[in-house]
Amino acid sequence: MVRFLFHRLLLILPTFIGITIVAFAFVRVLPGDPVLLIAGERGVTPERYQDLMQQFGYDRPIWVQYFDYLAGIFQGDFGTSISTKRPVIQDFLTLFPATIELSLCAITFAVALGVPMGIIAAVKRGTWFDQTLMGTALVGYSMPIFWLGLLLIILFSGILGWTPVSGRISLMYYFPAVTGFMTIDSLLSGQEGAFTSALSHLILPTITLGTIPLAVVARQTRSAMLEVLGEDYVRTARAKGMPTRRVIGLHALRNALIPVITTIGLQIGVMMAGAILTETIFSWPGVGKWMIDAIGRRDYPVVQAGLLLIALVVMTVNLIVDVLYGLINPRIRHQ
Amino acid sequence: MPLLEIRNLSVAFDTSAGLFHAVDGIDISVESREVLAIVGESGSGKSVAMLATMGLLPETATVKADVMRFEGRDMLAMSPQERGKIIGKDISMIFQEPVASLNPCFTVGFQIEEVLRRHLGLRGRDAHKRAIELLELVGIPDPVSRLKSFPHQMSGGQCQRVMIAIAIACKPKLLIADEPTTALDVTIQKQILDLLVSLQIEHGMGLILITHDMGVVAETADRVIVQYKGHKMEEADVLSLFENPQSRYTKALLSALPENAVGDRLPTVADYDFEAEIR
Repeated sequence: MVRFLFHRLLLILPTFIGITIVAFAFVRVLPGDPVLLIAGERGVTPERYQDLMQQFGYDRPIWVQYFDYLAGIFQGDFGTSISTKRPVIQDFLTLFPATIELSLCAITFAVALGVPMGIIAAVKRGTWFDQTLMGTALVGYSMPIFWLGLLLIILFSGILGWTPVSGRISLMYYFPAVTGFMTIDSLLSGQEGAFTSALSHLILPTITLGTIPLAVVARQTRSAMLEVLGEDYVRTARAKGMPTRRVIGLHALRNALIPVITTIGLQIGVMMAGAILTETIFSWPGVGKWMIDAIGRRDYPVVQAGLLLIALVVMTVNLIVDVLYGLINPRIRHQ
Repeated sequence: MPLLEIRNLSVAFDTSAGLFHAVDGIDISVESREVLAIVGESGSGKSVAMLATMGLLPETATVKADVMRFEGRDMLAMSPQERGKIIGKDISMIFQEPVASLNPCFTVGFQIEEVLRRHLGLRGRDAHKRAIELLELVGIPDPVSRLKSFPHQMSGGQCQRVMIAIAIACKPKLLIADEPTTALDVTIQKQILDLLVSLQIEHGMGLILITHDMGVVAETADRVIVQYKGHKMEEADVLSLFENPQSRYTKALLSALPENAVGDRLPTVADYDFEAEIR
């Protein structure tokens, strides 16, 4: 297992370097000149332009800029935001808990519903339940996030008035951030109604962000279960007189989970992209919204570091998935 | 009273092309301490009949029988829960593909101890001790460390021994072996057959051996049922069957044995006309 982990960790390094190159190149191919935006004025003189170029180091050769940027990263310096003048990592760490809180809720929503739905659909294959579920999953998968988010706001916030439209908590509450997770901080604050408010603000963004992963997880679980239920070892478990619940919930599911866990890991990556849209729709002050704003301002260091840090999160999730994969599947562990 | 008595067993599968009758009106009975062989070509319904008895067929299968009794108890009237107490305990089954028949995610020890826990209520040390005894009984060396092995770390022969250990864990009264040696190489086939027969004698079990190997039948069985396309073609004790086969299909099967070859060409069952024998 240690060797398995070591191999996976070794693979992370070249991937990380590759991502630094992509992130670095990506912001530079975006149309628009950051220096003009920084100057914030019309009719910038060539001298002023040159000054700013020099000040931010954009006059140096591109490869020098890249290695400078890479050296900074390895020293934990992700640069300073052009617009806020604060270290990018500081802004990221302030906003990241909001994204994590939303993503965790969304993936929990997707897995907690998707896995049981997929299992039941597989066990009841061909029935109305299976067909309805898979049809709904297809609709969920096909629906664009921004459209679903808007529909949910119109229905639940506008017409029914059940949920708030945007933000993380009602403006009636204020307390210092301890963990950055609004639900936990609201509980810690001890203010009456704060937790309920934080929770109600999470409902619509969670459904919006979690619907596509829910559909994918349900469909993947169903197909994995269908494959596994026909395996000889499932027949052996039944021939041993094991109750149906144990045959399905232990013998079949343990094997079916192998591809499902991979799917869940991949969905977390997809979710990071979805978070950008969801956070924008619901004015959720997370990393996604921060990145969108930064792209608009051509804030190179923020976009570069944001991409890199999100990629790091996705790589960490993939590493966890690999470890889980090894834990669940002994054939991988013993390779 | 027979250990297992089945009368007029029919199994049909609901397919897109309509109902397919895999087993059509078969009678099977086996006594305690008896070895019954069911022989026939692939698709003759040998395995399906036994899977129906075990209740292991998919939902698309329709199983009908006039009588299905185990030790005089009516299996058709049993609830799935009642049946679950007999299956794996009093009647157990081993299959053709031993490696695929063991769950790849669990250790051999877990898979043996699970059945001990379910049917005998053995837990912890008691279950572990009994699992070691079982592995010793089926001839697996170093059973203590082997209990921690996963199926992919064992050979096909060892996996079949583990399957046999699971099957005999609760000292069943009837063991059904569905082509237990087909997926194994020849030397291991002999060892597994010898093991099955010795365990059958030692434990006084009834043994139903499903096979298409007439050599295996000759060596191990007391009585033989010959099946073709879901029908019983002949039933006889093993000596009578080999010395004086009554059915044309049985004659065809026996003449297709390599040792019975005459001339340059080995006859096949297709050389004989026996379709008229099917009721």
